[in-house]
Amino acid sequence: MWRDHARRLLKHGVPPERVEWRVRSAQDDLFAEGEAVADVAAGAGGTVRRDCLGLLRRILCHTSEDRFALAYRVLWRSLRQPDLLRVATDPDIAAAGYLARQIRRDVHDMKSYVRFREKRSPGSNMRHFLAWYEPEHHILELVAPFFSGRFTDMNWLILTPKGSIAQDDAACVVTREVCVRETVEDETEQLWHTYYRSVFNPARIKLKAMRSEMPRRLWKNLPETDLIPEMLVAAQRRDFVP
Amino acid sequence: MKRTFSERLAILSDAAKYDASCASGGTEKRGGKDGKGLGSTERSGICHAFTPDGRCVSLLKILMTNFCIYDCAYCINRISSGTERARFSVEDIVWLTLEFYRRNYIEGLFLSSGIIRSSDYTMEELVRVARVLRLEHGFRGYIHLKTIPDASPELLAEAGLYADRLSINVEMPTEQGLSQYAPEKSAAGIRGAMGHIRQRMEAATEKAPSGRKAPRFAPGGQSTQMIVGADAATDHDILSSSSTLYTGYRLRRVYYSAFSPIPDASAKLPLIRPPLLREHRLYQADWLFRFYGFDFQELTAGRPDGMLDLGMDPKLVWALDHRAMFPVDVNRAEREMLLRIPGIGPRSVGALLSARKHRTLRLEDLERLRISLRKVRPFITTPDWRPVRLTDRVDLKALFAPPPAQLSLL
Repeated sequence: MWRDHARRLLKHGVPPERVEWRVRSAQDDLFAEGEAVADVAAGAGGTVRRDCLGLLRRILCHTSEDRFALAYRVLWRSLRQPDLLRVATDPDIAAAGYLARQIRRDVHDMKSYVRFREKRSPGSNMRHFLAWYEPEHHILELVAPFFSGRFTDMNWLILTPKGSIAQDDAACVVTREVCVRETVEDETEQLWHTYYRSVFNPARIKLKAMRSEMPRRLWKNLPETDLIPEMLVAAQRRDFVP
Repeated sequence: MKRTFSERLAILSDAAKYDASCASGGTEKRGGKDGKGLGSTERSGICHAFTPDGRCVSLLKILMTNFCIYDCAYCINRISSGTERARFSVEDIVWLTLEFYRRNYIEGLFLSSGIIRSSDYTMEELVRVARVLRLEHGFRGYIHLKTIPDASPELLAEAGLYADRLSINVEMPTEQGLSQYAPEKSAAGIRGAMGHIRQRMEAATEKAPSGRKAPRFAPGGQSTQMIVGADAATDHDILSSSSTLYTGYRLRRVYYSAFSPIPDASAKLPLIRPPLLREHRLYQADWLFRFYGFDFQELTAGRPDGMLDLGMDPKLVWALDHRAMFPVDVNRAEREMLLRIPGIGPRSVGALLSARKHRTLRLEDLERLRISLRKVRPFITTPDWRPVRLTDRVDLKALFAPPPAQLSLL
């Protein structure tokens, strides 16, 4: 989408200040850029460097409203000033770098905090797993290779409000359709609870450190965070200091 | 009565939690698309959860058994402790690791054990878990094995073949501390084993003259842990020890574990709250050594009692002690000096160095890099900024010291 528009604009030499990028409706978010932007500058004279493409790909995943305008500005300027990306203090590059870091964080969070539950699948010779996750940005294409390279001998499905990633025997497929939450019960989660409770050291409470690494917005989908209040109460009760 | 699986898990993970390391990074990158086996590793590791003690859960960290024939005073599993005992079989641990892994709870396994029967017997059991995971289940996730100091070289070689990381804890910062608290352990034995691991690691990365490659050996390196605050060692002692460990044994990480009073503690030990702030300052010093080009010596040299300042981070303390070297010209200074400016980290230094080739940096440029001007202003100059000379301010420390906190009633 963005790529097609950007390519046409570049071809006709339209500078960024003469373009206004608008998202028609919330629905448009579904078609945010995940696909390759590699040949965006084809026919515009000049090549886009690989690190610039990587940056564009990241910021286009962001939900910020000015991502399209910013991406076009970075693209336009970097075609005229090839070392633009090295100038981290440039306002556009600083802004793009900030969005890219948020995307990196979102990707990192998703790799960390997706929790699979096993779904019984009688008759199948593969085991099936299901997860519900809520990413902040449109990152499914960015994280899909991580999950498909890791969970290789099982079938799995990650549902999110921004689409889904599914892996079966044949392929890994990413969709952009809004999913509804689906849950299953998985007994093994009880063992995870046991582990989470036991590996905690009640003699050292550092709540700020915990919250800065594991943001509150993620808690509602994590099976273990419900245990935190009772763990803290129990920790207060045991008193080692005379 | 036989305990349930869950009860044994509770005992064996509780017994393992005093080991601070949970790192799952720094190894080779693995992954698979052939539909066989399970797992992958990332260059920088992943934390999958955090507990209210602020520590990350990256690996399934358990002991194979918490029975132990040793009597180390700081350890909850020592023979004289009244703690409940349990044991997992090799199959139990393999099953649990794979099931946790499939649900994306963990990056892999960190397996340790109390010493039962003999060092070799214990090590053999640990290695067997790793072997079954790798060979029978094609597990490509992270494996960290605790090494038993006097296990045989053959077992160690096999451990290195399957594990990403090996570790032996030096436990106490000084030999004196170790002999006081861990009578059966010998500092020389521990260091000997570390040296041996280092040699094997280096051999594995070199090609023999014949062109044959040596077998794989723990590509994630080795790490160790020291307990802080149980004996009389100062921060200077601890950091000197770290220095030897990093440079002499090429350790990937040294962990500092604030001594935390264990249930049913030995009478030899101090009954104190864990010195968490001291531990934090030691980690800061460790980072300054590993990523900022500081020597450990520099950080404690100005401290008469050999202890890091608890009220201020060691980088700021160093800058105030060397105020004649500031302010630093952000547009001209070398990388080494930029790294010494309080409030500027390695990422910002990289950005500054590359940006200043293209333009002269002003305060607003630093702000765009999200550098805190409040922190750096006293230490830098730019064309639009020059601080009052630091040496002129006698009240400088007060300027940075944290506001006084109300003392705890207890």
